[in-house]
This record gives sequence, C-alpha cells and structure tokens, in this order.
Amino acid sequence: MKAHRRNRLGLILFISLGLSVTIGLTLYALSQNINMFFTPTQVAQGEVKPGQAFRIGGMVKEGSLMRNESDLAVKFTTTDFISDVPIAYNESLGILPDLFREGQGIVAEGSVDSFGVFQATKVLAKHDENYMSPEVKAAMDAAKLLQAEGSSFSNKGYVE
Amino acid sequence: MIPELGQFSLILALNLCILLSLFPLVGAVKGDVFLMGLARPLTVGVFVFVGLAYLALTVTFATDDFSVLYVAEHSNTLLPDRYKLTAVWGGHEGSFLLWIFMLSGWMLAVARFSRSVPLDFLARVLSILGMLCVGYLLFLLATSNPFDRVVPLAPLDGSDLNSALQDFGFIVHPPTLYMGYVGFSVVFAFAMAALLNGRLDSAWARWCRPWANVAWAILTLGLCLGSWWAYYELGWGGWWAWDPVENPPLITWLLGTALVHSLAVSEKRGAFKSWTVMLAILAFAGSLLGTFITRSGLLTSIHAFASDPERGIFILGILVLSVGGGLLLYAVRSPLLKGGVGFHLSSREMFLLTNNVLLVVAAASVLLGTLFPMVFQALTGKLISIGPPYFNAIFVPLMIPLVFFMAVGPISMWKSTSIPFMIARLSKVGILSLALGIGLPLLLTLEFDLWSIVGVSFALWVSLSMINDFGKKIRNKSNLLEGVRSLQPSYYGMQLAHIGVAIMVVGIALTSAYSIEKSVLLQNGESTALGSFDFEIGDVRTFSGPNFSGQEVVISVFKDNSFVTELLPQRRVYIASGTPSTEMAIDAGFLRDLFVTLGDQKENGAWSMTLYVKPFVRWIWLGALFMVLGGLISAADKRYRYLQRAVEEKKANYETHHPDRLVDVGV
Repeated sequence: MKAHRRNRLGLILFISLGLSVTIGLTLYALSQNINMFFTPTQVAQGEVKPGQAFRIGGMVKEGSLMRNESDLAVKFTTTDFISDVPIAYNESLGILPDLFREGQGIVAEGSVDSFGVFQATKVLAKHDENYMSPEVKAAMDAAKLLQAEGSSFSNKGYVE
Repeated sequence: MIPELGQFSLILALNLCILLSLFPLVGAVKGDVFLMGLARPLTVGVFVFVGLAYLALTVTFATDDFSVLYVAEHSNTLLPDRYKLTAVWGGHEGSFLLWIFMLSGWMLAVARFSRSVPLDFLARVLSILGMLCVGYLLFLLATSNPFDRVVPLAPLDGSDLNSALQDFGFIVHPPTLYMGYVGFSVVFAFAMAALLNGRLDSAWARWCRPWANVAWAILTLGLCLGSWWAYYELGWGGWWAWDPVENPPLITWLLGTALVHSLAVSEKRGAFKSWTVMLAILAFAGSLLGTFITRSGLLTSIHAFASDPERGIFILGILVLSVGGGLLLYAVRSPLLKGGVGFHLSSREMFLLTNNVLLVVAAASVLLGTLFPMVFQALTGKLISIGPPYFNAIFVPLMIPLVFFMAVGPISMWKSTSIPFMIARLSKVGILSLALGIGLPLLLTLEFDLWSIVGVSFALWVSLSMINDFGKKIRNKSNLLEGVRSLQPSYYGMQLAHIGVAIMVVGIALTSAYSIEKSVLLQNGESTALGSFDFEIGDVRTFSGPNFSGQEVVISVFKDNSFVTELLPQRRVYIASGTPSTEMAIDAGFLRDLFVTLGDQKENGAWSMTLYVKPFVRWIWLGALFMVLGGLISAADKRYRYLQRAVEEKKANYETHHPDRLVDVGV
C-alpha cells in the first residue's frame, strides 16, 4: 500500500472509530435523560408507578393554591378538567416563577408518593399569557375529546 | 394610510425580488452583461421597499394606530417610546419583517462591498439571495401580514407588549441574533453561486471569508446578549438552559465556527472545498431550522410565538426547497470540484479537520437532543423532554479535545509538522498550565474541584500557547513595535477569538463549580449568610414606573461585617395587562455577581426570596466579546480589500480566460 493510501485509511479508521464511540455515548446519554410526560387523567388512572420520575402538565385549579405562612411549602391542584392531581412543592428548591398563578398552565417535574400526591422538584410556568405549552394543550385537548366521546382514554387520543 | 403604504411597499419589494431572482441569473448563464448589471439596482430597490415597509410598521407603532391588529396585540398607549419603536419585533409578524429587512440589508452590503468579485458571480449570488427573499416575502404576505386591520371595531387601546420583553435585552438581542442568522444566507448564496458556475477556488474562499467571519461574529454577539439577558431577566440565575429554542442558534454557531475554520483551509491551501460548501449549506439550514422551531409552535419555550400549523408548514416548505435545492446542487456539482492537495496526519490541515469533526459532532448531538422529543411524539404519541444532563454529558467531553487542539493548531504548519517539534514547543506550556490550573483555584477558594482545575488548566494552555507563539513570531524583529506591526490583522483576530474561548472556559468552569444559592423566608431586620456574604433585609418601598407599579425590598450585603452593596429586587404589576413580574437585583463584579430574586410576601410581612453568589459569571460574556472582536478584526484584514492594481490584474487575467465575459471592477 502506498504511503498516502495508508494515511487515508488510518484517517478513515480514526474518524469512524471516533464517530461510533460518540454515537454510542450520545444514545446512551439520551436514553438516560428522557423525561416522560403524563396528564392528570393518566396519573389518576394509575398509569404511573409511585416513585417513577416524570413530568405532569395541566392548569392550576382555581382556589387550590395554598402557601404556608411559616415556611416555603406550597400546595396546589393541577387539573385537566376531568381529573385532579394534588401537587406539593417547596420553594426552598427555588422561588416559583412569575407567571405561576391559579388558572394558568404549568408543567411540574417530580414523582407521585404513596398517598397519590405529586411531589414536585421543579415547577415551570408558561411565560406568555397568550401561549399554551404543547404539553398543557395536549392534556386539555385529551380531556375535551374524552368528554365528547365518553369513551375510555387512550394514549394516542390526544395527538392532533 | 401608512399601513397600506407599508403593505404596498412589501408587494413592490416582492415583485422586485422576483425580477432579481430571474434576470441576473439568466444573464450570468447567457453572459448578458445588461441582465447581470440589473442585480445591483434591483437589490437597492428591494432594500428600499422592504425598508419603507419596516418604517411604515414602526410609524404605525409610534402613532398608536390600534386599528392594525399586530399593533393592538403588541403595544399600548402607556408603553414607553423605546419599546413602542422596538415592539415591531415583539411578535411573529413584525419580527419576520425584521428578518427580511436584515436580509435585504445584507444583500445591499454584498452589492456594495463586492467590487472585487466578477460580475457574473455577483449576479448569481444576488439572484440566489433574491430567491430566498421571494420565499420570505410570500410567507409574510400570505400567512403573517403585520399590516392587517381590525376595522370597523378597532380597539381603543392595545393589549401591551409582553411584560417579560420590556427590557433593554429585548432592544438589542433579537436584531443582533437575526443579523447573525441571516448573514449565513450570504455565505450559502456564495456557495450556491460557486456550485452553479463550477468555480470554487482560493479566490472564492477569499471573497466568502469576510462575510462568514462577520456573520459568525454577529451571531456570537447575538447569542451572548441572549445569554446575558436570560441571566438577569428570567431570574433562575442561569446563563444557558439548553432550551429547545436556544439550541438552533447554538447549532448554527457550531457549524458556523466549523465553516470559518474550514474556509481558512480552502483559502490558504485550496483543500476541504466541498466540505466547506457542505458546511455553508448546513449552517444556513441551522438558521432556517431555528426560524421553523420558534414559529411553528412545536415547542414549549419563552421564545415560541403563538402557534399556527399553517405557518409551520410554509416555513418547512421554504426550508425543504432551499436546503434541499442546495443539497441537490451539491450532489450534482460537487464531483466536479477537484480534490485538494494532500497533507500529512500531523499538519495544520489535520488539526483543523479535527476541529471541524468535533464541532459538527457537537452540533449533531445538540440537534439530536432538540429534535428527538418531536420525533418520539410523532412516532409513539407520547410526550417526552430531554433534560440538560444529556446536553452537558455530550457537550463537555467534545469541547475538551477541541480546546486542547486550540493550542496545537495555531502553532502547527501547513502540510506537515513534526510531532517532536510540537512537543518541544508545548511541553513547558503544558506543565505550567497544569501547575497553575491546580494552584490558582486552590489559592482563590481553598476548595478542591476537578472541573475548575480542568477549566483553568485548559484556558491557560490555550492562552500561554498563544503568548508563546506571539513571542516566537516577534522575536527576530528589532523592536516590539515593529514586531507587533509585522503581523496581520487576521492573526490578531484569531488570537483574540481563541483567548475569548479561554476566558469563557474559565467563566463556565468556575461559575459551575463555585456558584451557591439558597431560597429563604426573611422578615425586616433578619439576615442570612451565604458563602462569605451576609444578606440583611431592610424596608419595603413602593414605587411606580411609566406603565407599572410595584414594591422593592432593600437588602444590604455585608462581607466580614463591612458593607458591600445594597440590592433592590422588585415586584412589578404592569397596568395594561395586570401581569405580575419580578425584577431581580444584581451586583455585578469582575470576580463575582450577587443576585437576589423576590418571591411573594407572607401575612406576617416576611418575603420569600432566592439569593445567589455566582463567581466569574461575567467571564462567560467577556469571552464572547473577545470572540466577536476577533471575528471582526480578521474580517477587516486588508487582503480582503483588494488594491485597485490587483483588481485590474484580475480583470485582465479573467478576460484572457473568458473572452466572452466581462468583469465588473466597480469603479
């Protein structure tokens, strides 16, 4: 083999080895960092095991927000107008965002405890009052569809 | 009246764009000098009429004409003037008009500053930019007309600009980012024109390079401003969130960085040509992808505009047509590009290739993490999101070798460099960087942190190697001044940009390692310690601004019982929309930021708040500013500004080879 061919072969091997390692590590990192999303109805129907980390999205139910006066604990209920899921959060993990209010859409990260309460580690509120996040919108649409059809809820139902 | 004039200007601009996308191109193919010569005046026309439309929308905002729907949705009589003038880009329609205005500005600049480029080439470049402009203008007029009226039931007052946008960052971040984004269209057009006429040589790379450098520098500035704005406005103390809408400009930036380096090889060595063209197409695709993602309503983000599937499909159409067309042309024409000259495995070409591979892999993995949730949802119907840990896990290991080679590349030689020579030159630098990298953070903080050692060592590795190289280069000159003068601006530009990366690496490493925060509930007179600082809560004051009212809490900060500063975080309520908003208080410093965000007030008068101490966070943006300066200085290198003599020579040379074509020397 000529010298420049050997060089080129070495180069190709080097690059493909690097690329395969990178792709492998990338896919591994990806699979380790997927956050699933569920609607309040799915959670109420027990589709999520206690302790499993996921994201929940819905509206903050009117009149449900309770802040402790003596510490930073916050409780509220999130709803898709069919099912409600109680959420507990502590603002010592970070002050709730500006637009966190009753009647607003939110997405929370965390898991359900053995009492059925969603223990949130992070709460995100949408930042534009004219804009509804796709997750929250999907939850709302699914709920509407369910009410209209009176049928059981399926995962596929809420994709437009 | 004025909105109708604006609309009319847009339609005129569209017509001129259609002419621009046809006649000069036909002229270039046929060798018709008259048709090619139309490129410049048509470009000026497009710029003037898009500019008039932009001016019309600005005047409509300034005069509070709420009969125009877009103005009614994004302004209010109480809105301060500086936001009325900039609320033009506060929503989808107007911001897209700004996008087109920026493109027409770049087109005008190409027409004006490409005097050294042959006319047939310039005609092709401007025609291709004209085609893009046609697509954008059609999109604006057909799906998102900013001049639509609500008559006869015009509202008395507007519903106000989103309160999160009423800030200095909103005035500077979107235009800068758009200008950088759109700049990559120019590089794309240069690449397409070169594929069309099959002329892709060092001269082409030389015409292309200043445009790529300027677009890259402005995009860097746009990203930097965005990061800085998010840091002080959104109140979570972070400077980068791996938000799905932050990612496309980063992808474009990574590809653009690869492009800037690859163009250097194309210019100096005539190698990597077809790779450079590919990167030009990809960087452009990245900029369109960003537009598509923000404007299609696919994502949850503070950047997302109101969702409308019709718009998404239209932009996807533009994306598929332009990028698909570009790739098709590439597939057909790139085999014609002759391969470059050979090089050794240890050579500057090889190090730049490594740089390119790392940057493109980084861009691809960010793209994967950004698009994966959408693809997953389309396939399974399940909604998922990819968190920052994925991006950090991928990005950091790719950046480490990149920064390592950043010290090696600039001192290596084209074609072949002996490895023992490099080791001899860099061994002292390496040992010194590692020693100081371990020593400095320990001296400064008395805490051992692996990442801060890695960050500081690599930053020193790059900077010391740069200083060492600079010293070697000027050593043989009689005095320092002569030595400094003997080096080209492009060399200084490269040095500055690389030192910028080093500064940014220090900022990222130290702020990630040593930032501390805590959320507390405090009453007037109480205090709390965070790190070496004591935060003491004082009085609450009420105040009112032009279109909001609010309260501010006085927080005094002490270190070792001596007063440091007073922080005044605020809670505002915007009158027009009734939206509450918090304004954090920051005491910015070269070595650390103190940062407070306010929560709500309890019945007993206590406030909830989050306190942050963030060391070296300013270095992140300082580093970015060095990169911007570096990009601009190297674009200003005088070899890109031809002397008249060189143009004449070129003309004579070109005409002997192409007797049927004339060349424009732009006198």
